[in-house]
Amino acid sequence: MDSHVAVSDEAVVEHTTLKHHFENAEQQKDAATVGMWVFLVTEIMFFGGLFLAYFAYRQKYPIAFASASNKTNLLIGAFNTTVLICSSLTMALGVHAASLGKRKLLILFLILTLLLGGAFLGVKTYEYHDKWVHHEVPGEHFECEGCKDAGHASLFFSLYFGMTGLHATHMIVGAGILLVLIWQAYKGKFTAEWYTPIEMFGLYWHFVDIVWIFLFPLLYLIDRSGRGLS
Amino acid sequence: MITATQTAVKEKNYINAEDGLMSWLLTEDHKRIALLYLIVVTGFFAIGGLFAALIRIELATPAGDLFDSNTYNKVFTMHGVIMVFFFLIPSIPAILGNFLLPLMIGAKDLAFPRINLLSWYVYMVGGVMILYVLFSGGVDTGWTFYTPFSTSYSNGYVIAAGLAIFVNGFSSILTGLNFVVTVHRMRAPGMTWFRLPLFVWAHYATGAIMILGTPVIAVTLFLLVLERGLHIGFFDPAYGGDPILFQHMFWFYSHPAVYIMILPSMGVISEVISTFSSKKPFGYTFIAFSSIAIAVFGFLVWGHHLFVSSQSAYAGMVFSVLSMIVAIPSAIKVFNWTSTMYKGSVRLTTPMLYAIGFMGLFTIGGLTGLFLASMGMDVHLTDTYFVIAHFHYVMVGGAILGYLAGIHFWWPKMFGKMYDENWSRLSAVIIFVGFNLTFFPQFLLGYMGMPRRYHVYPPEFQVLNVLSSAGASLVGLGFLIPLTYLLWSLKYGPDAPPNPWGATGLEWQTTSPPPKHNFEITPVVTHEAYDYDALYKREGGHVG
Repeated sequence: MDSHVAVSDEAVVEHTTLKHHFENAEQQKDAATVGMWVFLVTEIMFFGGLFLAYFAYRQKYPIAFASASNKTNLLIGAFNTTVLICSSLTMALGVHAASLGKRKLLILFLILTLLLGGAFLGVKTYEYHDKWVHHEVPGEHFECEGCKDAGHASLFFSLYFGMTGLHATHMIVGAGILLVLIWQAYKGKFTAEWYTPIEMFGLYWHFVDIVWIFLFPLLYLIDRSGRGLS
Repeated sequence: MITATQTAVKEKNYINAEDGLMSWLLTEDHKRIALLYLIVVTGFFAIGGLFAALIRIELATPAGDLFDSNTYNKVFTMHGVIMVFFFLIPSIPAILGNFLLPLMIGAKDLAFPRINLLSWYVYMVGGVMILYVLFSGGVDTGWTFYTPFSTSYSNGYVIAAGLAIFVNGFSSILTGLNFVVTVHRMRAPGMTWFRLPLFVWAHYATGAIMILGTPVIAVTLFLLVLERGLHIGFFDPAYGGDPILFQHMFWFYSHPAVYIMILPSMGVISEVISTFSSKKPFGYTFIAFSSIAIAVFGFLVWGHHLFVSSQSAYAGMVFSVLSMIVAIPSAIKVFNWTSTMYKGSVRLTTPMLYAIGFMGLFTIGGLTGLFLASMGMDVHLTDTYFVIAHFHYVMVGGAILGYLAGIHFWWPKMFGKMYDENWSRLSAVIIFVGFNLTFFPQFLLGYMGMPRRYHVYPPEFQVLNVLSSAGASLVGLGFLIPLTYLLWSLKYGPDAPPNPWGATGLEWQTTSPPPKHNFEITPVVTHEAYDYDALYKREGGHVG
């Protein structure tokens, strides 16, 4: 990175993190923030396609969706939701620690976030395995015991795997970035003046959580009572 | 016209600032990245053009002399895939937009130079994947990848092609993201929104479409790959799915993608027309907002691709009306360009010839779009050569002519060299004539009922097909001439002054080629775009 002199509001501060094409640190931070939000918009559109497919098919085959959604494991889903919300909390605390320049606290919260994310993925793997064993993975060996309108029930599981799979992929990417951030934090790269990557990653992590907050009710909760079946 | 600053820094510019291959492959300079794109995109244009040539050779006779139907399917698919995803979409934004956006707003670079470089590498990965598809046997689905053919029946390399476009899409997303953030956050002091050149407005709108549309094609192709590769069904009725959903999702991106191709071109035309009429564009605000309007309405018209795909008649009516509404901002642009030329001192330079050609061809392309937006007409014309002719008038007559206008307009700025004006004007005329000869007969063929995507046809269609193939040869020749004299100019062309055309943009106030960081001193903008009086005051006299 180029080293430049940046003018902050208060005083002239030596900044090693200011890139040559920005006028000052404020502009750089602004650009990063706008860029991150725009990126999240692209992510919304990316997941949006799957949500569209879900709504279209759920509208078209309500009975198949109602009976198939009873096959998901509510307990595991709820547990994972809790884990993920906790990871969002630790991430938010991490951003706060970074803004105060507390390096050790930052590292602690980042590691906690990573562990919670890992726990989520571990549970998810178990859940996938369970589905595999019960032939609930769409394809040639698909079976849906006791499902009504079984011909369309596989669509529910296609969407289940498509949506949670894409979500899990985002978690894995996030975990990779977390490892890098923990290493950089350990090296003392972030200061109270400059911790943009931590803040931006926080936005990403919360976004991934919010996607799950929508996935959980759509895949685990709605029509669980079986009212849609009558 | 040559200013003092120009001679002082002549020796050091962005091209010779650093040497060695790695200084190019690892560059974060938007101008160098633009040149990297220029080289590769031109390569893909040549490959796509080669497939176009094969199509026209096959169609010169009614019988299937050259290919069987399977091979022909692969030929037109590769033509479509390469031209749409690897040439038209990146062409103007990634080359001219990349080069000019920071210069035009008085910035040193795009907001995220490293992401800009990344977008080029992502494009390259997608490009290598599509070349793999090409050399290992191709794909035969048409560029639209309609299910269930693509997921369950096609014998081609659908997964590899789908992933290639998926990857390539992220290059587009990153470029769009960079443009939008740059326009929001990197403008020079005094460069207010309504002082932005119209080229920037057009690219801002394009960036918005790239951001909002491209992720949708990405997820659509992701589902396609899941269905074909892992039999996790979404679209094939055999898995309980609905193929129409694929068409909705595909066109939700792929119709706005048409505006990704044409809007940047319109931005180029706005600059060229104003410069060579030496006149402020008529209705600056209208042109600027019509770009935004096209981007917004462009997202609401995809259903006109589904008029005959079991979409309800009511949905069809809504999409029909919305499609016609897009014609309004498009027409606003054409009328305003015409009014800009009216009573201006028009100079018929090469970029201007292309721009005038664009206006004529885009108007025909746009008006025939209205025919297709009318449901009754569309039932007759859908999947015929009328559709082919319509979108080639927009894509080739519009997007490519705009691209050539832009390349000729900014070539002196990009490379600091002037090209031969006589050869370039000649080739502009050849391309215009050849283009019309190629595609006008296709309107007639389509109207008479010749379907698209067949390698054989009844003998009564031959005369028009031969005319079309003859025109295509002219176009091919027309493209070879610029390739020759532009490359020639790099070595033998006379040096270009900073502002050879007497244009008003900030990019013309720096040297040709610009220095590494674009401007020696960050410019402060004190007047509106296209202020020719300020230009004459600054540079003296009436230029051009």
